[in-house]
Amino acid sequence: MARKAVRWHIAVFLAPAVLIYTAIMIIPLFATLNLSLFTLVDRARVFAGLDNFRTLFGDPRWSETFWNALGNNAWFFLVHMLVQNPIGVLLAALLSSPRLRMAAFYRTAIFVPTILSFVIVGFVWKLILSPIWGIAPGMLDMVGLKSLFTPWLGKQEYALTTLALISVWQFVGIPMMLIYAALLSIPDEVLEAAEMDGVTGMSQFWKIKLPLILPSIGIISILTFVGNFNAFDLIYVAQGALAGPDFATDILGTFLYRTFFGFQLQLGDPHMGATIATAMFGIILVGVCIYLFLIQTRLRRYQF
Amino acid sequence: MAARSPLGRTIAAHAVLIAYTLIALFPVFVIVVNSFKSRRAIFAEPLALPNAETFDLVGYTTVLAQGDFFQYFQNSLIVTVVSLAGVLLFGAMAAFALSEYRFRGNTLMGLYLALGIMIPIRLGTVAILQMMVAGGLVNTLTALILVYTAQGLPLAVFILSEFMRQVSDDLKNAGRIDGLSEYRIFFTLVLPLVRPAMATVAVFTMIPIWNDLWFPLILAPAEETKTITLGSQVFIGQFVTNWNAVLSALSLAIIPVMVLYLIFSRQLIRGITAGAVK
Repeated sequence: MARKAVRWHIAVFLAPAVLIYTAIMIIPLFATLNLSLFTLVDRARVFAGLDNFRTLFGDPRWSETFWNALGNNAWFFLVHMLVQNPIGVLLAALLSSPRLRMAAFYRTAIFVPTILSFVIVGFVWKLILSPIWGIAPGMLDMVGLKSLFTPWLGKQEYALTTLALISVWQFVGIPMMLIYAALLSIPDEVLEAAEMDGVTGMSQFWKIKLPLILPSIGIISILTFVGNFNAFDLIYVAQGALAGPDFATDILGTFLYRTFFGFQLQLGDPHMGATIATAMFGIILVGVCIYLFLIQTRLRRYQF
Repeated sequence: MAARSPLGRTIAAHAVLIAYTLIALFPVFVIVVNSFKSRRAIFAEPLALPNAETFDLVGYTTVLAQGDFFQYFQNSLIVTVVSLAGVLLFGAMAAFALSEYRFRGNTLMGLYLALGIMIPIRLGTVAILQMMVAGGLVNTLTALILVYTAQGLPLAVFILSEFMRQVSDDLKNAGRIDGLSEYRIFFTLVLPLVRPAMATVAVFTMIPIWNDLWFPLILAPAEETKTITLGSQVFIGQFVTNWNAVLSALSLAIIPVMVLYLIFSRQLIRGITAGAVK
């Protein structure tokens, strides 16, 4: 068998992307995972095995914050799954109804919050919900519900849920767009056949369309999961690195930032920072694996 | 459909969509409207439109008098445009290699590059910072550009290779028979055909770069390398009582993304339909 000539152009096409991706993303990722196995003793880096993880999960000074952040993060994710994705599906279903006027306008407008930076989003909602400037108290007053108002971002029991809902407000455009695209790709013949059989309206949505868009809902769920367990910016801009009040809105991202960079009197600690990043990596990896091996394989995909 | 009045259904659909559109746009409205009002009017009637009496540009003059703001703007623009160009060019090249040629390790390479879609680059921050310190790149725009290029590549390669598979083989083979090199085929035949997909990738890549706070905060917090996002965050801290200035700064920060979004928004849905969801 004659050896084929080396096709250099393939290497040339791949090289820039693969080099940058490997050097800036993959190597630092593994270097960070590796760093979590070391610690500083007298300014020298010493191999510590899994000690850092024992500290993180077991030492009450660390573990309390860690489990608190993890719990908050789980709640943050749950709110997104229960609020953001159903609203996204509902909006997409409405948008995709045939002969709807102004669909392009609605679609563009509802996606606007997604393109805003967290700094803007955090600031404007703080303004709206502020008890002092108070657009929210004023508006509740107009409908006679002023008694319902409390400083939501300042109260421990409401702050995290409020921030999660703000984040939902910001990102609902993404599930809406993806589901909308999935609904548009359902062929007309399928829907016409359903109509011939008398399956219309709501029952058509539940029985025909929903099963067909399940794979998209799966993708959205895993994207939401990864995004939420890696979130940082909104909490940081709205509540600061200390994720107040009293760490009620602390999630893994803010915890990582504080640990790595230090805050107030505590010095930054790259090794514990790397340990937290590794824990986050583990959590995200488990989520992605559950999605790839358990969920995705069971969702039937239809080829038209 | 005729069984339950379609008119009622249409009205209901519009009602829900209009309600949600209002919720989506209301905060933007609050920022922009109040940025044009005097301080007293902002506090007295936050929801009113500016009129002859309350109209005031003092916020904008304060912001623009601060030379830094242009600097931040320029930094953001440089970082976003250069990273975007890198992502689009290198991403398209890699996508072409993966979709066009059969070679050993093709699938593996595709999976390797796709890994970055699911695993966020932020998790490597600790080591990225150490690397940038070692390379003397801290507080340079280059550091941000490198990170954002790496961050954008996985999704770009994924979406663009889906699109490039649809480009007709006959066209490329005709080019080969005419003696075009593989590079010419890529640049003159294939790239122009996937322009809509490039627009989609551009939007998806650009927005997170422009809005990112994490990496500017960690890799380039110096005054001369601040991006507009970090700059406005700091600005809010400094001018916490000067609401006119803060609101004007935020209004100015919204403009560039908004313009680009409106330009590309038509492409967006087409790109999603053809690529990512499959």
